[in-house]
Amino acid sequence: MNLDFAPEDNAFRLEARAFIAQNYPKILRDKQDKGEALTKEDYLSWHRILAAKGWSTPSWPVELGGTGWTATQKYIWSEEQARADTITILPFGVSMLAPVLYTFGTDEQKAKFLPGIRDGLVWWCQGYSEPGAGSDLASLKTRAERVTGDDGKEYYIVNGQKTWTTLGQHADWGFFLVRTDQTAKPQSGISFLLIDMKSPGIEVRRITTLEGGHEVNDVFLDNVKVPVENRIFHENQGWTCAKALLAHERSGIAGVARSKRGLERLRQMASTEMSDQGATLLSDAFFKRKVTELEIDLTALEFTELRTLAGESSGKGPGPESSILKIKGTEIQQRLQDLALEAAGHYGAPFLGEAGHNSGVGPLHSLDTAGDYFNGRKTSIYGGSNEIQRNIIAKMVLGL
Amino acid sequence: MDFSFTDEQSMLRDTVASYLADHYSFDQRRAALKAEPNWRPDVWKAFADELGILGAAFSEEQGGLGGGATENMVVMEELGKALVVEPYLGTVVIGGGFLKHGKPAGADELIGQIIAGEAIIAFAYAEPQGRYNLSDLKTTATKSGAGYVLNGHKAVVIGAPYATHLIVTARTGGSQREAQGVSVFIVPKSAAGVTTRDYPTVDGFRASEVYFENVSVGADALVGPEGQSLPLVEQVMDEAVAATCAEACGVLRRLHEGTLEYTKQRKQFGQPISAFQVLQHRMVDMFIQLEQSISMTYMATIKLSDSDVERAKGVSAAKVQIGKACKFVGQNAIQLHGGMGMTDEMAIGHYFKRSTMIEGLFGSTDHHLARYEGLSIG
Repeated sequence: MNLDFAPEDNAFRLEARAFIAQNYPKILRDKQDKGEALTKEDYLSWHRILAAKGWSTPSWPVELGGTGWTATQKYIWSEEQARADTITILPFGVSMLAPVLYTFGTDEQKAKFLPGIRDGLVWWCQGYSEPGAGSDLASLKTRAERVTGDDGKEYYIVNGQKTWTTLGQHADWGFFLVRTDQTAKPQSGISFLLIDMKSPGIEVRRITTLEGGHEVNDVFLDNVKVPVENRIFHENQGWTCAKALLAHERSGIAGVARSKRGLERLRQMASTEMSDQGATLLSDAFFKRKVTELEIDLTALEFTELRTLAGESSGKGPGPESSILKIKGTEIQQRLQDLALEAAGHYGAPFLGEAGHNSGVGPLHSLDTAGDYFNGRKTSIYGGSNEIQRNIIAKMVLGL
Repeated sequence: MDFSFTDEQSMLRDTVASYLADHYSFDQRRAALKAEPNWRPDVWKAFADELGILGAAFSEEQGGLGGGATENMVVMEELGKALVVEPYLGTVVIGGGFLKHGKPAGADELIGQIIAGEAIIAFAYAEPQGRYNLSDLKTTATKSGAGYVLNGHKAVVIGAPYATHLIVTARTGGSQREAQGVSVFIVPKSAAGVTTRDYPTVDGFRASEVYFENVSVGADALVGPEGQSLPLVEQVMDEAVAATCAEACGVLRRLHEGTLEYTKQRKQFGQPISAFQVLQHRMVDMFIQLEQSISMTYMATIKLSDSDVERAKGVSAAKVQIGKACKFVGQNAIQLHGGMGMTDEMAIGHYFKRSTMIEGLFGSTDHHLARYEGLSIG
């Protein structure tokens, strides 16, 4: 047992750090600092820079564009990105769909879709949740009926509504769970379809979230025609893909490196904000204790993640234990947001808005702390709510 | 980075586990604690001769097997699973720690006696007024000729009734709470002027109030530098806390497993109570506390060889997690056992008692939070 990084790992850290310093777009940095909303091109610019370097898809199999990094190197990479406060690479294509594609897809499907994901050319969105199917995802009702088209080819005609589609307003393509057998048990009649978002019959409608942002959408599907070759894996066996995807979705969700950076920022903020006594907020016994407990809980999460990574690197995939990372990781993110808003004091109140028109009001570190807090409530709800994660652990780990 | 155990370490774990499974059942433990001498010298002898584990954490030059903190962690977790009261912590971890780092005269000889199961050590550091402050000492060691004379009262010295030697903190200078002036001595319990009042603790151990009345010791009784030994005490104490965290992991595992098992068997409203979601989520939260505790115990054990500040922060952070887990898992284990959890006949209550005592052992959760804060920047 030891925590030492090998010399080659330390060299890799320096290489990663230098690469980010030299290549991270300045325009992105400025927008982040001012709290301005990012455009589709902003999101993809950093992805494309990484793709050119061969670093956009570290976890993929090497022959498809993976880097072949060890678990330790991936961990270092996530730390360095967090340290430099880079935007996160969108997970929908790279870490959600791609593992399904390269695990269950045909060679044609892999060849058609993986390069666009890797190179940041195609924006993907997720069509899972429905108004009546949230935690009980398998009860989804969007239906796909198989027909023969005028051209003699086989199609699915898809009808229904998806919701909570994150950044779907930018999407070129989406991966959807649809019901292809109305009579089977809920999990048995589902298929996994890739749908071109420019198809006739698709409408994406904005949902404004409580902090005022546009992050999620409703997606309406009205007689959308999807070629049968866009189905991944067998008909009616899409649930297998869905489950595999959810496990991958959870594995990176602890967000340890980002939370460590967030904690650092909170400490800086609380070192300049003043307490009622005129000393720094960080020297206030009550506030300081909350920061300390958060830091210790974050250390516990970090070492639990390292244990999980060590298990993964010795051949065990991300198991149901990753639900622990999801629960604790999101709780910690939310506590950080809570404390930042508390630290902001009066300047938690000014509304930033998408235009960033209040960005001159109050100290920069207080900017949009309330927006982050409100938006952050989503983390314990998405990706399988934290209550669902407890059900997973109860069933899969504890055998209850 | 590496979290795996060597083959030797895995074998060590199996050896201890299988011996305890055969010889240290809950009933055997209970019977032994009720009868004189209230502990099991035969088990200790087996640790030395049959299992050979008392040398696992000592170097080969000292007659040991060449291990260290990780070996202590492995052994302590197994001892925790069986609620072993025999004095591994006091003798090997703490006694061994002072002998390894303080290198007093005759250290190697005494280590040999420890490995052979002949020397048993108890650590007399706490005082009635001092709470968890290691330098709050009224016990004095006054220079007298070549040696020292000890006077004072040490509180709740765990394992002292079975000990052959006491390791004692005492003032050779400075005022009551000052860092300067702290010295450490090793004293045979049979020394003239040492008296004890022995009693059982709530969790099945035995302890003593130890009184030193003009106890004369030679210069060779001094462990570490005279008057400058607070850092030594802190280092050994951190090793003891890390080992206690490992013991707690064993206790917490049993609390959690026992609760799972019980709720699967216990039927109410026509079904096992484990089918109720409110209980399932409670047991998941207990499981998360257990997993976080294991992670922090690994972390603390690894950091024992880091710089003083990193070591202290790592150990205190781990003890905070362990303290919270002991309370949460322990209390909920009893709650989920219902009335049966309140009985002396079920093991679960005994694990709860140990987990509760571990909360306060070597510093409460608040103590370690404050210590961690004191070592943090800002």
